[in-house]
Amino acid sequence: MQSQLKKFATEIRIAQMEEFKARGFGHIGGALSITDCLAALYGEIMKYDPKNPQWEDRDRLVMSKGHAGPALYATLALKGYFPMEMLKTLNQNGTHLPSHCDKNLTPGIDMTTGSLGQGASTAAGLALGLKAQKKDARVYLILGDGESQEGQVWEMALFAPQHKLNNFIAFLDNNKRQLDGYTADICNIEPIDEKFKAFGWYTLRIDGNDPDKIVEAVNDAKANQGDKPAMIILDTVKGAGVKAVEETKLNHHLNVTAEDADAYIAALKAELE
Amino acid sequence: MFKCIYNGEKEKAAGKNVFGATIKKMVHNDSKVVYMDADLMNSIGTFGLEKDYPDQIVEAGIQEANMVGVAAGMSAAGMKPIVHTFGSFAGRRVFDQAFMSVAYAKNNVVIVGSDSGINAAYNGGTHMPFEDICLYRAVPEATVIDVTDSAMLASILPELVENKGLTYVRICRKNCVAVYSEDSTFEQGKANVLRDGKDVAIFAAGYMVSEALKAAEELAKEGIDAAVIDMWCIKPLDEACVLEYAKKCGAVVTAENGNVVGGLGAAVSELLGENLPTPISMVGIRDRFGQVGTVDFLAETYGLTAAKVAEEAKKTIARK
Repeated sequence: MQSQLKKFATEIRIAQMEEFKARGFGHIGGALSITDCLAALYGEIMKYDPKNPQWEDRDRLVMSKGHAGPALYATLALKGYFPMEMLKTLNQNGTHLPSHCDKNLTPGIDMTTGSLGQGASTAAGLALGLKAQKKDARVYLILGDGESQEGQVWEMALFAPQHKLNNFIAFLDNNKRQLDGYTADICNIEPIDEKFKAFGWYTLRIDGNDPDKIVEAVNDAKANQGDKPAMIILDTVKGAGVKAVEETKLNHHLNVTAEDADAYIAALKAELE
Repeated sequence: MFKCIYNGEKEKAAGKNVFGATIKKMVHNDSKVVYMDADLMNSIGTFGLEKDYPDQIVEAGIQEANMVGVAAGMSAAGMKPIVHTFGSFAGRRVFDQAFMSVAYAKNNVVIVGSDSGINAAYNGGTHMPFEDICLYRAVPEATVIDVTDSAMLASILPELVENKGLTYVRICRKNCVAVYSEDSTFEQGKANVLRDGKDVAIFAAGYMVSEALKAAEELAKEGIDAAVIDMWCIKPLDEACVLEYAKKCGAVVTAENGNVVGGLGAAVSELLGENLPTPISMVGIRDRFGQVGTVDFLAETYGLTAAKVAEEAKKTIARK
């Protein structure tokens, strides 16, 4: 029996597979690995209103690994930000659902991302700006593990504790793989939790493909981060939830046939029953 | 309305002092205005403001890229950010952040680059931005301004934080030659005709405006009637004004304190080439790197002088 959040995660996986199926390709691996985090955020953690995406007091999410847009679009559609049918327009000419997140195109997207590292700073800026206005809203940031090779991430990692951004919770999707191979072989970021700890962050490290554990970790962070920003390292599997994608070594960007997508969707639907 | 008070003399106040006083006024008058710097507050007259305005004055430390990204995020949270660093870093170092997190994302941030062109003087080639105008001109929907003097700086800065998208402003920290009265006001996108004329139109920006006025005085002694137009707002370019004066004079000189590649000269040339081919000469850095030296030495070395403007004016008139 799946928990409610696990069910929601499976629904998000099904919806994103419909997106990839309609277009025939996409950043499938990293979208799947962060899906459980999105289920936790939109299923339980975040304060938001799909009828009023620009609500001033809402919590914000910055998907700094912007290529995971399709996972976020599926989540937003399931929560009613826009019709499910729109998911089939992913990366079609003139779409409102581009490969990388765009806050000016898609209802519910809080920040435009795509050039890796930049969402780190814009998320910190949102947190600082909300604090300056005494707003009771939090900012959530999702970084990639490969993305953490960018220097800008570490500029922000110094900045956020200095400015006591305790309304700020970051996740690092540690799916161990990047476009050209294994992160450890290309430019190792480990021990990534110790690095953030040393930079002055309240740091946790958990199974990032379990949405219930993610909720627990966020509650822990909120209760214990004090005046620090929080970093939750999510140990995940790139392609999580779809076996064939998990088992494809270079699974950052994949082609998918309608037949394969249907098979993945059928397997996911079976999990719901 | 602006009033030209040019008589060749320098302003009493240094640009950095005017900048500091203006930022203070801006954060005082509007709690949404937030000023960020990357460890150069003590060089630009804003040092100490953080004590009175802790939520609105943000010292980022030496991390320009993060600073611009944070500013973009603050804009998305409803603030009105203005950030400063030296022009070399405000252009080259943060270009992707300015392009994507600010301009493309439609966040509203004013980026101030100080020590425009040869004004970087003793900081030398590493700190001497000749390319900033070119870079920011290539960003769609951006506003690009080369400030003429401190009177203009104090007048326009509070207006720029109301702009949409990316605004890049290059300023001088030292005492500029006074061009405008302190009560002058300016309209973005509008060039200022400082001196009317019919033989040659000199379109100048920033440091070169006063040199162009001086050149026009020299040319007048030789019976040449030169118009001088301050193109302080390089983007959006006042195309109507450029076309009007190119047509009226039939010869054009541009004068700028930066690389002519992609700069003011290029902007005017592109417009005229497509619409009204006119003999033109571009005074500016002719695709070279900067170096250390006094401003006078650098002006002579790169040809950023009234004498050079006058010489090019005569050559261009001869090509009519």
